[in-house]
Amino acid sequence: MRRVFSRPKSLKKTPFHYCPGCGHSILHRIIGEVIDEMNLQEKIIGIPPAGCAVLAYFYFDIDMGEASHGRAAALATGMKRAQPDKVVFTYQGDGDIAAIGTAETIHAAARGENFTTIFVNNGVYGMTGGQMAPTTILGQSTTTSPGGRKERRDGFPINLSEMLAVAKGSAYIERTAVNSPANILKTKKAIAKAFRVQLEGHGFSLVEVLSPCPTNWKMDTLEACKWIDEVMTLHFPLGVLKDITGAKKDGH
Amino acid sequence: MRGNHVVAEAAVRAGCRFYFGYPITPQNEVPEYMSERLSKVEGGVFIQAESEVASIHMVIGASMAGGRVMTSSSGPGISLKQEGISFLSALELPAVIVNMSRGGPGLGNIAPSQSDYFQATRGGGHGDYRNIVLAPNSCQELANLTYEAFNLADKYRTPVIILGDGMLGQMMEPVELPPEVQIKKLPHKDWTLTGAKGRPSRFIRSLILDPFEEEEHNWKLMRKYERIIKDETRWETSFMDDAKLVVVAFGIAARIAKGAIKRMREEGQKVGLIRPISLWPFPQKAIKELTKKVKHFFVFEMNMGQMLEDVKLALEGNGEVHFYGRPGGIILTPLEISRVISSYYYQKRLG
Repeated sequence: MRRVFSRPKSLKKTPFHYCPGCGHSILHRIIGEVIDEMNLQEKIIGIPPAGCAVLAYFYFDIDMGEASHGRAAALATGMKRAQPDKVVFTYQGDGDIAAIGTAETIHAAARGENFTTIFVNNGVYGMTGGQMAPTTILGQSTTTSPGGRKERRDGFPINLSEMLAVAKGSAYIERTAVNSPANILKTKKAIAKAFRVQLEGHGFSLVEVLSPCPTNWKMDTLEACKWIDEVMTLHFPLGVLKDITGAKKDGH
Repeated sequence: MRGNHVVAEAAVRAGCRFYFGYPITPQNEVPEYMSERLSKVEGGVFIQAESEVASIHMVIGASMAGGRVMTSSSGPGISLKQEGISFLSALELPAVIVNMSRGGPGLGNIAPSQSDYFQATRGGGHGDYRNIVLAPNSCQELANLTYEAFNLADKYRTPVIILGDGMLGQMMEPVELPPEVQIKKLPHKDWTLTGAKGRPSRFIRSLILDPFEEEEHNWKLMRKYERIIKDETRWETSFMDDAKLVVVAFGIAARIAKGAIKRMREEGQKVGLIRPISLWPFPQKAIKELTKKVKHFFVFEMNMGQMLEDVKLALEGNGEVHFYGRPGGIILTPLEISRVISSYYYQKRLG
C-alpha cells in the first residue's frame, strides 16, 4: 500500500503534550516537514524557549540547545557565529521574545544576525497559566488583566514584527497564522523561505505565527481559530512585512 | 604589558576564538584588545553585545557549538551575567568569565576592590552550584591562570571565573606569554551541538521537571565539584618556616601583604603568608594544616571581610583570627598594612 501521510523524519516518535487545539503541535509538524524537505536535519540546530514549547527537544530529532527566558536570540547569535555553515533557528513565544527578550531580539535583527526566528504569538503566557503577554490585545481578559486589557492600566500591546521590519539588518519578516489549512500552508512556505533567506546569507529572518491557545483563551478550538481571523488579525495583520531578497511581495 | 591586555592575549593563545562583551571600566581594554586581535585570527568572533545579559548568553551559544569562549566585565556587569553563569553550570558548559572588580555595591566606583568574593565563590546566581574561581596577583599570573582556565573549563565542563580587580587590570608588568595552542589539537568534545550529522541528535537543557532527576543532576554536579576540590585546589605560602603569625590574603591584597611582610621580617617579626590562588575550591586543608605550628591568623582583604568566613570555616576554631580590610576601592600601601599587622603581632606578645 502506498503511504500518503507519515510523521516527518525530523520529529521523534514522541506524542506531543500540548493541549487540544494548540497551535504548537501544528507548527512543530510543519517545521519538521520543512526540515525534511530542505534536507536540513543534519545541519540544523534549534533553540527552544522557556514556555509551553520548552520540551521541543523531546519532539524534534535534531540538535537543540535550550535558552533561558528571552535569551534565545543572544544564544543563537553565539551559536551561528561559531558555525556559520549551519542553520540555526529559535522558537519563541510572545512573552519570551516581545517582553523579556526584546533587547536581545531587536539587536540581533539590527546586527543582521543570520539566523531564523519562529515567533509564536498567542497573546498570553501559556505555560504559567494565561497571564497577560506583551501581545495581549486591548480588551482581552487574562489572569493578570482582569476585565480585559486597558491601555491606561496595562499599556498597549507591542507589534514586535513591525518594529523588527524597521531594523536595517533584518532580511525577511512575515506574519502568518495556523488557524486554517490555507494559513497553515502559507506558514509552511514562510518558514521554508526564512530558512532559504538564512542559507543564502541575507541576514535576520523571522516568521511570526498567530497561534490559537483555546485553554487560556477559554474558547473551544473552532472559536479560537475564528477569533484569530476576526479579532487578532485586526491588531496583527497577516502578510510579508519585509523582504529584501527581491522576491515579489507575497510569494504565495 | 597591561593586565587587561594580558588576559586577552593569553585567552587567544589558549585557543579562545569567541569573545562577547560590553564596556565597563576598569576592564575596557579586554574588549578593545579582543576586537582587534580576533579580527586577525581565523574563525575569530568578537561581538560588542547590547548588554551583559546578552553577552553571557552569546557565550552559552558559542560554548554549545564547542568553541573556547570568554567574556569579561566588572562588578555591576558580572551581576547581570549571573543568570547565564547559573545556566552555564546547569548545562555543564565550559566558559571563562573575567571580573576586574571595582568598588561596590551598586555602581560604586572604578577603583580596585575585592568585594565580589562572595558573589564569585558562592555561585552568584540561583541554584546549587559552584564556579572554579582563580585569583591572580600579578600580570604573569593573569597570563598563566587565564591560559589554565580554558583547560579547566573544558576538563570539567564548568565556568571558570578569573577574579581580578581594577588594579590588576590596569597595571603594567613584563610578562612571558604562554605558547599558542593549536585548536585542532585540543581534546575532542563529544557533546557539542553541531548538527546531527552521522550521529543521533543531541540536546542540551537545564529544565529537569522530575525532582528525582533534578536531584540526580545536582548530585552529578556535586561529584564533579568534589573532584575539583580534590585536584584543583591551589595556594602559595611564603615566609612560613618560623612564622608565629600567618597573613591570609588573595589577589592584589596578597601582593601588598607580601611587601608588608618583607618589611616586618627586616625588623625581626616572624610573619608568614598563605595566598589562596583558587578561591573556590578554597585551600581549607592547607590552612588547617598550618594550625599545627601557628595559632594566630591575620586576614587582610580589600573588602569588609568576605574570605574571612572561609578562613574561619577552614580553621574550625583552631587558632585566633584577626581581620583588617579597607572596602570601597581603597588601595593600601605595604607600610600601612605592616603597621596594622605589627601592632597586632606585639599585642599578642608574639615578639
